[in-house]
Amino acid sequence: MSKSGDYYMRDRSLHPPAHTPAYKTSVSRSPRYDLISLESSVSEITGPVFGHNDIEPGDNDLIYNHAAADESAIGQRIILHGHVLDEDARPVPNTLVEIWQANASGRYRHKKDSYLAALDPNFGGCGRTLTGADGSYSFRTVKPGAYPWPNGPNDWRPAHIHVSVFGAAWAQRLITQCYFEGDPMIARCPIVQTIPDAGAINGLTAKLDMCATIPFDTLAYRFDVVLRGRRATLFENRPEGS
Amino acid sequence: MAANKLRESASQTAGPFLHIGLTPKAVGIATFMTARGHDITGSLAKGTRIRVEGAVIDGTGSPVKDALLEIWQANAEGNYAHPEGGGPVEEGFRGWGRAITDFETGEWGFDTVKPGPTRGRDQGLQAPHLNLWIVARGINIGLNTRVYFDDEPEANAIDPVLSQIGSPGRRQTLIAQKSDQDGAPLYRFDIRLQGKGETVFFDI
Ligand SMILES: [Fe+2]
Repeated sequence: MSKSGDYYMRDRSLHPPAHTPAYKTSVSRSPRYDLISLESSVSEITGPVFGHNDIEPGDNDLIYNHAAADESAIGQRIILHGHVLDEDARPVPNTLVEIWQANASGRYRHKKDSYLAALDPNFGGCGRTLTGADGSYSFRTVKPGAYPWPNGPNDWRPAHIHVSVFGAAWAQRLITQCYFEGDPMIARCPIVQTIPDAGAINGLTAKLDMCATIPFDTLAYRFDVVLRGRRATLFENRPEGS
Repeated sequence: MAANKLRESASQTAGPFLHIGLTPKAVGIATFMTARGHDITGSLAKGTRIRVEGAVIDGTGSPVKDALLEIWQANAEGNYAHPEGGGPVEEGFRGWGRAITDFETGEWGFDTVKPGPTRGRDQGLQAPHLNLWIVARGINIGLNTRVYFDDEPEANAIDPVLSQIGSPGRRQTLIAQKSDQDGAPLYRFDIRLQGKGETVFFDI
């Protein structure tokens, strides 16, 4: 069934508020006025359409996409895979997924990153792919290292991969971060803890997926991204509390 | 279909190194052959060529030099390049653009065509506008706003979104100011994240 109505209102209780003093940079970069709620117009229910001309084979393989011939990135080899779905568990096909991350030692290939951990000449740290008809996506990469950052006197980011997803509409645009199951740094991170909801934090935690592991080669983690869902028609009512 | 089964994934800041994934060439990473977001219109787009530029300014009055902006816009006839976009667009017209604030100056800019009026939710039209989305270190969830044009006073006066904003001063934060540069229209649109002149942001 194709849907043509509004996108469900964003449940802001699942998202970080703008002003989160424990994450210091947010203090001067957070609006003080409340957001003004818009009902969807054509501007919000449409969004950029991407296709296979926008990506190339290998763009989703971070172990090799920046490496010299016959070389590869250093670090624990992992597959990061899952589905992009909407809140009604419908797949979001043909949507652009972009990721970026530090290398295995926790260093970014970026002129503003001055962490003393070593760069890996064979690791760029960016990947992109389009979801399949079933909303599935997959990257091969190395597990990123934790890194220290200037905030509190001794703050470290948990291992994480930044994830950008478009969806089918401007209203679905989302950037988030993927963490890894079992990491004790998650509970200590001021950026993770901007999220007020424990279940929502769990939703950003990739789960070890032994079924997708390649024996003697690569571990696998599963990470699903959920974008806003959509009413069937403009006038469909939504039950209270849903 | 009634109650939703899943909950939207929580947003997290794009952080200071967003360029690696979103504009890798800007930090010297040549992994990808094709860049995204520079060519908004393609070469065949009709309408007036314009440039829109500005800065992103934080609550201390300082320019934000690590932000990323995306625009989403209709073509000159008011159609979006999308199956529900209202009508056909020129071949090569995508209507989506991506720019970063300059590492030194904090300035951003888009070269595009001026969009036409788009259909409103009910009756009537929305004034020409660009939809703008801003992420950066310190921004926990992307900020949505709109860029309107100061040379469209009649259309702006009846625009359903602008009309929703009670304060004329706040409404004014969404109006780009036109000047001319070498004969081509240039619109200035500064984004103030916080404090005096704070830009109106939307929950879309
Ligand atoms: Fe990061």
